[in-house]
Amino acid sequence: MKEKETIRMEILRNLERNGRIDLGELAVLLGFPEAEVANEVAAMEKENIICGYHTMIDWDKTGVETVTALIEVRVTPQRNQGFDHIAERIYNYPEVNSVYLISGGYDLLVTLEGKTLKEVSSFVSEKLSTSDSVISTATHFILKKYKDHGTIMAKKAGSERMLVTP
Amino acid sequence: MKNPLSKKIVQVQPSGIRKFFDLANEMDDVISLGVGEPDFDTPWRIREEGIFSLERGRTFYTSNAGLLELRKEICNYLNRKIGVQYDPQKETMVTVGGSEAIDVALRCMLDPGDEVLIPQPSYVSYLPCTVMADGVPVIVELKNENEFKLTVADLEKHVSERTKILVMPFPNNPTGAIMTGEDLGPIAKFVEEHDLYVLSDEIYSELSYKGKHVSIASFPGMRERTIVINGFSKGFAMTGWRLGYCCGPENILKQMIKLHQFAIMCAPTNSQYAAVEGLRHCGEEVEEMRKAYDQRRRFLMHEFKRIGLDCFEPFGAFYVFPDIRKFGMTSDEFASRLLYEEKIAVVPGTAFGACGEGFLRISYAYSLEDLKVALERIEHFIKGLQKPR
Repeated sequence: MKEKETIRMEILRNLERNGRIDLGELAVLLGFPEAEVANEVAAMEKENIICGYHTMIDWDKTGVETVTALIEVRVTPQRNQGFDHIAERIYNYPEVNSVYLISGGYDLLVTLEGKTLKEVSSFVSEKLSTSDSVISTATHFILKKYKDHGTIMAKKAGSERMLVTP
Repeated sequence: MKNPLSKKIVQVQPSGIRKFFDLANEMDDVISLGVGEPDFDTPWRIREEGIFSLERGRTFYTSNAGLLELRKEICNYLNRKIGVQYDPQKETMVTVGGSEAIDVALRCMLDPGDEVLIPQPSYVSYLPCTVMADGVPVIVELKNENEFKLTVADLEKHVSERTKILVMPFPNNPTGAIMTGEDLGPIAKFVEEHDLYVLSDEIYSELSYKGKHVSIASFPGMRERTIVINGFSKGFAMTGWRLGYCCGPENILKQMIKLHQFAIMCAPTNSQYAAVEGLRHCGEEVEEMRKAYDQRRRFLMHEFKRIGLDCFEPFGAFYVFPDIRKFGMTSDEFASRLLYEEKIAVVPGTAFGACGEGFLRISYAYSLEDLKVALERIEHFIKGLQKPR
């Protein structure tokens, strides 16, 4: 069992960094049989441990205009349902990227991607703020992404290592 | 005019690596697998601490043996890693890289004519440093069929009345060979029987891929006969900070600190502060780097097998040492042609001793992406060799 856990952790750590890696290659890198790696990946997909594979895109470099907002939302939790119900009401909107329940000064942190400022603000004023459970919102727009999902957006400078050293 | 040079230094051969460095440097688009340093940047925590130490104005000398704070952390670290306890006050010295420790140890331990057993292939410094310390280098050839491990049988052929020091260069540059506890036991016994001292260069100790690194100093009776040399260059990816250290018996360290005081004063102060942070907080980063090297090592072994390049499986450092004898070329020819025809720079095994003939040192301190491109070119080269001309 412990062995299996180790294999899973190693697979996940590598997939988290490179979702496109070929499973045969991953098996070589980890020193596990290929069939075992493939089985574990399939099993973890089924168990929803692996929830999806995405691509990191720096939209700023594409010329496509997008705005990303972080919205702090204070809500009144509902009887028997806590925050889950209101969270669901929010996360079902496709333009909502993520919803987190947060400890501290507010309750939910919602990230939202829109084409324009207006699109985001109309979502906040028409959908979010009008919900009965929502007490208040505070919207912050992201001006620049330096690092996302552990990836630094700026291109790395070339190596200054010498070509041959002892 | 008198000859300004000592006969000793003039007779020392320059490193065979220099030639390939010069050749590779003149060419464009060379992919080098020839470096002996990590491709990773120093972990940010360590760099940030170095910057902070400068901001704080820590720009003065430290004590000769190094910051006591750092020496204490080094001793804690060694106790954790190799299970040997050293006194930070009397048995520990911080040096300018592991290489300074090699030089100083040999100069403090050798009298003219004393013999030093140097297993080869190995790092390029042991022999010239022995010569400059008036010692007599005695080469012990390691063999491919033993996976380049040192055996008592090898030593027995070369030990004499004059033998004083045995150099233990494991995990090994350039072969990647390691010595396990089982391998070291008989060597320790041999050392005691012949009343030798050991210079154990463990600079690659963090990069072991088959169980925990074992130091010969941890064997009964060995602590008082061994100088353990280690440092931050490889495991912590800190080559340019020039920071190493050595631990050993008080009577030897006392003299070493004296020589170091006259020659060097102290290791760089900001590097020392940064290293304290590294030892306290960067265990995880070091482990992450080790895992990345291990993956590349497996990848290379797999690819070598696929393309028909013979190589024993090494379990240490970040080198593989493939056997190219079946291609009927010397290491130098093979490496030169690989450079000219495919623009891949590797180091001929002979740069690390004559017995490296027939082998190449290939470093995997490169990203997988780089290694893949390099492997394609090596495969192309080998296929060209196998075709009848």
